[in-house]
Amino acid sequence: MESNKGPHGGPGTTIRYAPWPRPADSPPGATGSPVTLRVNDAPVEAEVDHRTTLLDLLRERLALTGSKKGCDHGQCGACTVLVDGRRVNSCLVLAVALDGCDVVTVEGLARTEDADGDLHPLQRAFLERDAFQCGYCTPGQLCSAVGMLAEAQSGQPSVVTDPDLATDGPVPLTDDEIRERMSGNLCRCGAYPHILEAVQDVVS
Amino acid sequence: MKPVSYLRASSVEEAASAHGGRTEARYLGGGTNLVDLMKLGVERPEVLVDITRLPLDGVREQPDGSVRVGATVRNSDLAAHPLVRERYPVVSQAVLSGASGQLRNMATTGGNLLQRTRCAYFQDLAKACNKRVPGSGCAAVVGVNHDHAVLGHSPHCVATNPSDLCVALAAVDAVVELAGPGGGRTVPVTEFHRLPGDHPELDTVIRPGELITGVLLPPLPRGAVSHYRKVRERASYAFALASVAAVLQLEGGEIRHAAVAFGGLAHRPWRARRTETALLGTRPSQESVARAVEAELAEAVPLRDNAYKVSLARDLATQVLGSLSTTA
Repeated sequence: MESNKGPHGGPGTTIRYAPWPRPADSPPGATGSPVTLRVNDAPVEAEVDHRTTLLDLLRERLALTGSKKGCDHGQCGACTVLVDGRRVNSCLVLAVALDGCDVVTVEGLARTEDADGDLHPLQRAFLERDAFQCGYCTPGQLCSAVGMLAEAQSGQPSVVTDPDLATDGPVPLTDDEIRERMSGNLCRCGAYPHILEAVQDVVS
Repeated sequence: MKPVSYLRASSVEEAASAHGGRTEARYLGGGTNLVDLMKLGVERPEVLVDITRLPLDGVREQPDGSVRVGATVRNSDLAAHPLVRERYPVVSQAVLSGASGQLRNMATTGGNLLQRTRCAYFQDLAKACNKRVPGSGCAAVVGVNHDHAVLGHSPHCVATNPSDLCVALAAVDAVVELAGPGGGRTVPVTEFHRLPGDHPELDTVIRPGELITGVLLPPLPRGAVSHYRKVRERASYAFALASVAAVLQLEGGEIRHAAVAFGGLAHRPWRARRTETALLGTRPSQESVARAVEAELAEAVPLRDNAYKVSLARDLATQVLGSLSTTA
């Protein structure tokens, strides 16, 4: 079904943001460019300064503040979103490089195919397992876990995967696998045991 | 960050021409290191040439049995590729030992070869660093150098190469493919990274404007086994204090092929040629392996804070080689 929801979850048409001044048609040397992408199923067209990261585009221009800026250096994972289904640190991706890409943030997880339209199963598991304290890292943990589950399902190994495991099937997600695969998401409250339980609930 | 122009290249020729070898131009791959360094002010490019849409994203077997990895193959795709997992487990393990799932989804093969040191003084504009500002001095030589080099360093720079992948590539004798204004050329990975010497600002032998287009993995000797092991300060998601990549082939109990490379010890992946020479033709025992490893590490010159790396690397290599020699 074609979704008509905007990046905020409400009904939306194409959202255009064009406040960034730039010379016409981005001639050589221009420091900004137009970019077109989909964010949580809604088309977005924006003029971006080339230095703009995806995280800043989401938070400062599209008012999608679920993705968090923790370290801004790719070390904490709080900014994790899905780009074309793969989890990435949105603080290290330049928005201009994502022209044509499909972005899903924590605000859009509830509308992905595994979700019931209200909450993604992982969001429900995080609630049931109390998998957070302050909650700052949670949007990144959720997006990372969604990406991680898809990676394991597609057979991508981790460093703790048995090297003799067949390369053409899914990787079974033991607790050690989940810990290793989620190591790019720090939780300074130390909610790791409950995060692990929540992810394991969705696996099994 | 300075304002920067941006061009999304659709061919290698277009990319090379847009870069033009200018000091203010940078190729943009996954951006995991470059964008970070731009935020820190260490990198201040005025021109970004995005190479991520170039047709360099394949892992393919070549007619001669080698495997060619395109420069824009993401780390996670490289590590998961069946050809790499089955024929070069050391390469897959090395990639998976580094960074995080998110970063590996972004970072490219070519970018990994060109990543800069994580020396804290290199990343801090307030500190002296000959690599960042030639002639400014080296704060690490007299500073906190727990993470720094024990082999091949110079009075001008004691930084280490942070890559895991490159250590494995050195051990499998991989070859870097380059395209540039003067045409294409190839450089063995073991000769691609430099020692700091008098020019620590140069990490590699790449020439201005040259673009890495791929990495060739030659076939390993028949029956060879390989492994990568890394020690870090936490269980995951940290750079190596020391690491070792090893490839071993035995015939009739004798070592016929040995390739050993250390990570975390030097300005480049460190091929332990003395160890390899000492191992060849021998029937490995715990003592002979330990002696062979010692032959290399006797060359180490630790700094104030990092003598631990020498014994760590010795134990690591002895364990990995001992374990491989029982499975080979």
